[in-house]
Amino acid sequence: MKKLVLLACIAALIYACGSGTEQKDQPADAPAGSADASAAPADNPDGVGKFKNVQIPEKLDAAMAQKGESVYDVKCSSCHKLTDEKLVGPGWKGVTQRNSAAWIMNFVTNVDEMLNTDPKAQAQLEICLVRMPNQNLTDEDARHIYEFMRKNDGVQ
Amino acid sequence: MNAFIKFSLGAAALLAVGIQACKPKNTSSAVSGDAAVKAYVPPGKYDEFYNFVSGGFSGQMSVYGLPSGRLFRVIPVFSVDPEKGWGYSEETKPMLMTSHGFVPWDDLHHTELSQTNGEIDGRWVFGNANNTPRVARIDLKTFRTAEIIELPNSAGNHSSPFITENTEYVVAGTRFSIPVDYSNGDVPISTYKQNFKGTISFISVGKENGKMDIAFQLLLPGVNFDLSHAGKGPSHGWFFFSCYNSEQANTLLEVNASQRDKDFILAVNWKKAEEYLKAGKGKKEKVRYSRNTWDETTHSGKHEILEEVTVLDAVALKDICYLIPCPKSPHGCDVDPTGEYIVGSGKLAALIPVFSYTKMQKAIADKKFEGDYEGIPVIKYEEALYGEVQKPGLGPLHTEFDGKGNAYTSFFVSSEIVKWNIKDLKVLDRAPTFYSIGHLSIPGGDSKKPNAKYVVGYNKITKDRYLPTGPELAQSAQIYDISGDKMQLINDFPTIGEPHYAQSVAADLISKNSLKIFKIEENHHPYVAKGEKESKVVRDGNKIHVYITSIRSHFSPDNIEGVKVGDEVYFHVTNLEQDWDVPHGFAVKGANNAELLIMPGETQTLKWIPEKTGIYPIYCTDFCSALHQEMSGYVRVSPKGSSVPLSFSLGKNSSDPTSKENNSNAQ
Repeated sequence: MKKLVLLACIAALIYACGSGTEQKDQPADAPAGSADASAAPADNPDGVGKFKNVQIPEKLDAAMAQKGESVYDVKCSSCHKLTDEKLVGPGWKGVTQRNSAAWIMNFVTNVDEMLNTDPKAQAQLEICLVRMPNQNLTDEDARHIYEFMRKNDGVQ
Repeated sequence: MNAFIKFSLGAAALLAVGIQACKPKNTSSAVSGDAAVKAYVPPGKYDEFYNFVSGGFSGQMSVYGLPSGRLFRVIPVFSVDPEKGWGYSEETKPMLMTSHGFVPWDDLHHTELSQTNGEIDGRWVFGNANNTPRVARIDLKTFRTAEIIELPNSAGNHSSPFITENTEYVVAGTRFSIPVDYSNGDVPISTYKQNFKGTISFISVGKENGKMDIAFQLLLPGVNFDLSHAGKGPSHGWFFFSCYNSEQANTLLEVNASQRDKDFILAVNWKKAEEYLKAGKGKKEKVRYSRNTWDETTHSGKHEILEEVTVLDAVALKDICYLIPCPKSPHGCDVDPTGEYIVGSGKLAALIPVFSYTKMQKAIADKKFEGDYEGIPVIKYEEALYGEVQKPGLGPLHTEFDGKGNAYTSFFVSSEIVKWNIKDLKVLDRAPTFYSIGHLSIPGGDSKKPNAKYVVGYNKITKDRYLPTGPELAQSAQIYDISGDKMQLINDFPTIGEPHYAQSVAADLISKNSLKIFKIEENHHPYVAKGEKESKVVRDGNKIHVYITSIRSHFSPDNIEGVKVGDEVYFHVTNLEQDWDVPHGFAVKGANNAELLIMPGETQTLKWIPEKTGIYPIYCTDFCSALHQEMSGYVRVSPKGSSVPLSFSLGKNSSDPTSKENNSNAQ
């Protein structure tokens, strides 16, 4: 009986405190993507980020690919091979056939949100178990990297 | 009443209280709420203020949040810090070099935030070294020590690092007078009066880059300069220093330097000194002192020895310096936000004199002098005095201001903070401190624009405040809410080392500029490896340079062979990460050294001289990912004269190059 009364009290306390205690002004720099972040729809092939429907010319831009390779050497090559071998992350062979240009560019520039919400990125994380580091790529870097990936996949 | 009824009643009461406590808050309940509410910063929320606290004999500066009292960072300044590799990495060793060689420790007493137009501008915070006289400048974008300059002709740099209202100068003064460096110092100590001199250094601060230079030194009679503050507004162009031991005692100062009824506040017209300097009245003297600067692009410190300083004789060159008598061994010397009032605090006094800048100027113009002290005119006490605060407490030390016409003074002997009005000199409120308060600090409390929400007291003795920890107890800081008429103690927190002076500033002035990463593209360290492709091991005689990279979660290379006993091995670790808050650590078994913590995009170097053959693991010390425990490698050390060739690899598990155990990137 005592226990019941106590339980009722606790329930009442919890009820009484259940609202009106929210914090409004979150720091601007709060890490993106907490538990309540809404998941991106599974049928969004471009993922989440600023890139949508990126149009890529058929022919390779060799100069762009060259710049992409320099970025790759410094910021990507520690974990990604150019073959299909998985090192820390997946190998890059065939990556442009598996994903849209926008998805890749969103993933490399918006890493945390993509890992938190994009089903394809999350599936990859389950395999690799190391969150891809945000390497602070600019939008230009992302485009150059994509061009280098295309070159690696045999685009002329 | 049976137990059940009692319990039910109790529970009902509890329920009532619970509901009451959870009522939605409104403004009035927040204002009149209890201390815990005022000091509580909920998890995930930022504090309102940064609080930069001197570490005293720790030699470092600590950064707390107000009002929570949470410790965010200990910035290594004058003392080595193995945790951060400060003074242990090859890049940071030059920062602690002096004319006496490598000095691994000092005593940091005061912090001072840079100002523009008399307001805190959030660019730098300065700190002083009391033992081997130096001034440090800390960059508030990186929270790192960016520059340390040594002071020649100086000992016990205490009245430092106070600044002028546009950070034109940061000052330094001799607490211990000594024979100057360019004279013969091998003299009997008892010749203090003839041979010992005081000096005050004006260090110019570069407007854009903050670079420090000793613009000039004032040569003064041998006394002990204690604390100082710049004039502001109308008194901009003047600087005020408290001094004691006008008796010029060289032994048992406790008694012999407390003989006279009054010592002095020294008023320095530094604009006048600039004129003399321009007119070529300074004398260039040969001395030796160091200046060490940190370069953010090479991620390295540079140590240089400077050999000349310009000295102005403040006795021979008239109108630079005047003395104002101040009762009983003055300590604090504080100027109010209007720049008109100068508050002197005699450690042994039972009153507080407040001097008027306007009256002082008039006294100088009218030559209202009572005589001179060692050749410097002494203004008559009454001619400079605005008034005295009567019976404020015992042993006044320091004063800060709220910008609303009030002053807050700390009292060491009577352990209290006393609030008083500057105009009518009446005591308005007093609050006990626990115990023996030294400095106190209001955000912006020594500037033109205080942000007077809190006053923090920094206490010397805590006795029964915290759980006992053996003979030595933590010293404490105590926060009082001063938004109302009465001070209210809302929080206290233990501090590192011994807190002397501290300063606070609204958080957003600094947080918005805080650097997150060093861009790897801008890394110009001579031994950087920009990407694993550039990682390698190179032998140069008995020196081995390891260009090693780190990224979650491996090093490249992580297997090294061909190192011999007695080789000097330099691990140049480049952290390839470009994400905020992802440093990697680096340690090697048996190194007579510390660890490295390498920030994203940075290169740092650990020197290691192996003394025994064997296999030595290296590993990352800063938890970095789910596979952090895997972030490791091996170095093989062979005997001197061994024929094992130098080699390095990553991902090579077999010596057979065709083995499937090797990763395709095996080097």
